[in-house]
Amino acid sequence: MSDTANKTLLRGKRILIAKPGLDGHDIGAKIIALALRDAGAEVIYTGLRKTPRYIARVAVDEDVDAVGLSMLSGSHRELVAETIEELRAADAADIPVFVGGTIPAEDHAYLRQLGVAGIFTSEMRLDDVVAELARALG
Amino acid sequence: MAAAEQKKPVLSEELTIPPPAPVTPSGIEIPVVVTPDMVKNRDPGRPGEYPFTRGIFPDGYRGRLWTIRQYSGFGTAEESNARYKFLLDQGQTGLSVALDLPTQCGFDPVDPMARPEIGKVGVSLSNLSEMEVLFEGIDLGRISTSFTINGTAAIIYAMYVACADKKGVPREKLTGTIQNDILKEYVARGTWIFPVRPSLRLIADTILFSNEATPRFNPISIAGAHVRDAGATAVEEMAYTLANGLAYVDELIRRGGDVDKFAKRLSFFFYVHMDLFEEVCKFRAARRIWARLLKERYGVTDPKAQLFRFGVVCGGSSLTAAQPYNNIVRVAIETMAAVMGGAQSIFTCAYDEAFQIPTEFSAEIALRTQQIVAYESGIPKTVDPLGGSYFVEYLTDRMEEKILEVMAEIDEYGGVVPAIEDGWLQMRLAERARDRRRKIDSLETVVVGQNAFRRENQKDDFGEVFRLDPKASARVIEKYNAIRDRRDNAAVERSLDRLCEAAAKEDENLMPYLVECCHAYATVGEIVKRLKAQWGEFQEPVRL
Repeated sequence: MSDTANKTLLRGKRILIAKPGLDGHDIGAKIIALALRDAGAEVIYTGLRKTPRYIARVAVDEDVDAVGLSMLSGSHRELVAETIEELRAADAADIPVFVGGTIPAEDHAYLRQLGVAGIFTSEMRLDDVVAELARALG
Repeated sequence: MAAAEQKKPVLSEELTIPPPAPVTPSGIEIPVVVTPDMVKNRDPGRPGEYPFTRGIFPDGYRGRLWTIRQYSGFGTAEESNARYKFLLDQGQTGLSVALDLPTQCGFDPVDPMARPEIGKVGVSLSNLSEMEVLFEGIDLGRISTSFTINGTAAIIYAMYVACADKKGVPREKLTGTIQNDILKEYVARGTWIFPVRPSLRLIADTILFSNEATPRFNPISIAGAHVRDAGATAVEEMAYTLANGLAYVDELIRRGGDVDKFAKRLSFFFYVHMDLFEEVCKFRAARRIWARLLKERYGVTDPKAQLFRFGVVCGGSSLTAAQPYNNIVRVAIETMAAVMGGAQSIFTCAYDEAFQIPTEFSAEIALRTQQIVAYESGIPKTVDPLGGSYFVEYLTDRMEEKILEVMAEIDEYGGVVPAIEDGWLQMRLAERARDRRRKIDSLETVVVGQNAFRRENQKDDFGEVFRLDPKASARVIEKYNAIRDRRDNAAVERSLDRLCEAAAKEDENLMPYLVECCHAYATVGEIVKRLKAQWGEFQEPVRL
């Protein structure tokens, strides 16, 4: 199924896909995880209901190149802020954080100001997500 | 004049994309024309008669239309109570309660896991005092109430029974539904708490208790909706759900339940997405499969216990944030499919539901859509109006074959319980979802306004945005602390101790103990904490 042009775009990258908070809708996170893996990345998926502290710890322990947070319950403002705070506390503020899910346009500026490196809406093409991520990670 | 013309969006686009391939979204090939000799079951029988292909009632919607049941609830119990009264005044005939994630996952509002989520996707209902407020001024003996609750379903149901007790409503008058379908939570929705096996026990407890205490209440709604919305095809939606249904039947029989009795209170819940004929035929096929399984595998003789009763949601992931007003049309077509498929209750999504809690304006359009189909379209005037169409009977047969094939694959794996414990079903679903996504990305699946037929400079704005009152979560916590001060804490402890003693015995029904806990104003979080100590938590198999 996967697009051949994209098969190597993320080769060598380690990416953590995480579900903070109580939201149980994980299919978006899994679709992204599979798409990133199809593009050559090594993907670690946390599973559901993780605290920002736990996510930051895994990001550090696994030495990832990026963290992707998936959120659909409307708690992204609080949970993204906490995750970035925890990464900073763990001396890992250099790991870029990306956000995906149901994120209203009016919250994008706030999230970027927190330091979010990219926001992926649920209607973006998977190849575009991969390409943008590859560009951001250099 | 010239300025107005300039502003007009370009709406004369040609259909430049070739017509869709003649295949249903489940992958069933559609013949260019179906002739009588291609139809296996040319006579689908009569509605109200085994195997019920054409419907479970002989007179369809003639005597009674479906139940219009809109999902709503947010913030505090007070706010939700006001919204319910508004909806009832507008002609809605049943309530549907949306609960916030802390309540669904068993965390009290003061728990650090809960705080960012209080009141976000539904109402916070941590104990009986909140439920008393939620239903203030609403007659529980007259209105049917549906709770979308799973991990903590037994507790919320116990709370509802306790609430009726407090209001002086006899338990046997209660009508409504708890979703109470834990198996699909492990696969798609994620509000699991305990491991699979004790969770199955709780479900059997609620059903067996309800059969006696609240005989008009539906203690389970076996749901395919969430796996469907996550990416399963219509065939898989029906197959997984029927397989889950059989797992519950087996558990109930193991617990000594009488299948001729409890099967009458089993009900189902599905999504209706956009392929109209496949949607209609999946319901016709599933009615037939379920009736046959109950008769042939379990020897059910009472026709009422063979009935496949179901509610539906129209919308969900078939809706788009792009050009959101198109969703009104989609939901209208889906509602027609639901009615032609013989649904017992229908929930129509608001056009903005793909990205926010609906506003009063969008919620009203969703409600009116059902009323237009009910009173203006003429569809409900005869039972199964599509029955006997060569194509519809042909497609019903093909859907039945395909559904049975997927059910056989699950059986080969050893049944749904191991398939879930190992993460096999979850993985299968994730891959299917990825594939569905790729088809949209490649334009193999056209979604109007999203991947095709976009306006130049289209900005997908949503108009009015509903915002939660930011003080709501502080008020929830305040009320929570107040009830813990006010209640008899010794009585709470005693009720929790008794619950734990009962939980330690394998075949003791926990429902009477849970009702007692609720009467004492024990909280959902307190009850869950005790049961976790006893049973542990589900360990999610993270497989990619």
